[in-house]
Amino acid sequence: MAARSSAAGKHGAGPRVVAQNETAAAAVGAGAASLDRIIHERLRLAIVSALSVNPILTFAELKKLLSTTDGNLSVHSRKLEDAGYIAVEKKFEGRMPRTEYRLTVSGRSALERYLTHMEALIRATRSA
Amino acid sequence: MGAVRPIRPTAEPIGLHDQAMDNLRFIRHTMENAGSFTAVPGVGGIVVGATAFFAAFAAHLSAGPRHWLFVWIGEAFLALAIGLGFSARKARRAGNSLLSRPFRRFVFAMAPPIVAGALLTVMLNNAGLVRCLPAVWLLLYGAGVACGGAFSVRIVPVMGLSFLVLGAVAVLAPAVWSDALLAFGFGGLHLFFGWIIARHYGG
Repeated sequence: MAARSSAAGKHGAGPRVVAQNETAAAAVGAGAASLDRIIHERLRLAIVSALSVNPILTFAELKKLLSTTDGNLSVHSRKLEDAGYIAVEKKFEGRMPRTEYRLTVSGRSALERYLTHMEALIRATRSA
Repeated sequence: MGAVRPIRPTAEPIGLHDQAMDNLRFIRHTMENAGSFTAVPGVGGIVVGATAFFAAFAAHLSAGPRHWLFVWIGEAFLALAIGLGFSARKARRAGNSLLSRPFRRFVFAMAPPIVAGALLTVMLNNAGLVRCLPAVWLLLYGAGVACGGAFSVRIVPVMGLSFLVLGAVAVLAPAVWSDALLAFGFGGLHLFFGWIIARHYGG
C-alpha cells in the first residue's frame, strides 16, 4: 500500500486519490476476510450453483454433472447440509435408494451474498 | 551475509481480482451446464399460435396447392422470426444470453428434424405429393421440439410429443382435414403450451 501511495504521490494525484486507494484496499481486505468459507470451496460452490438453477437434483445427477466421486460429493454435500444450505431427502424408488438435493432459502441467500462479494471485490480492486 | 533465495522459484500470486473473476466464471459455467433452457417463449408461442390460425384460414381459401404451400412457408418464416424475437426478449429480461450453452444445445438438438422437414417439403412438392406435407411437418416439428425439449423445461418435450401424436393422426386422416389438423397443431397446441409456459416459466 505504501508503494501504491508513493506512486500516486509521484504522479501528482494528491492526498484525495491516496485516500481513495486506501479505502478501496480496505474494502478488498474486508471482502476477502468475510467470504463465506462454506461455499467458497469449489465443489461446494458447484453444488450450490447447480441447485440454484434446478429445483431438485439427485445424487447421481449431481455426480455426473460435476464429474466427481461418490465420496467427494457425500462429504461436501454433508457440509452444505450441516450449514443448512441444502436439504437432503432420501427415498426409495422400488428397491433402489434415491437421494434428492434441493437448495434452501438460506443456501440461495448465501449464494447471492457470495456473488455480491465477488462483484464487490472486482469493483474494489478495479478502483484500487 | 548473502541474500536469502527461495529453493524453488515461486509463481506470481494470483490477484484477488482474477480470483473473483474466475469464481464468477465458474459459477456461470456450472449454472449453464446444470440449467435447462428456459428462454422458450410462452408469449411467443401464443403469438405464433394466433398467426397459425390465420395461416390455416388463408390456406383453406387458397386457389391451389402452390398458393397453399406459399401460405404455410410464409407462416413458418414468420413463426421463426417471432420465436427468435421472443426468446431473445425473455433471455434478456432474465439477464441471460440467447447464445448460452443451454440454448445452443436446444437449437442443435431441434435443428436436424427441422432441416429434414424443409428438404422433404422440397422433395414432396416436386413429386406432387403436397397432401403428405401436413403429416410430415407435424411429425418432424414434433420430433424437433421433443429432442430440443430434452435440454429445456419439462413441458417442452410434452409439447413435442403432442405434435407427434397429431402427426400420427394426420398420417391416417383424409386430405381434407389437413388445414384443420395444421390449425389444431401449429395454432392450438402453440396457444395451449405457450400459455402454460408463459404462466409457469416466466413469460
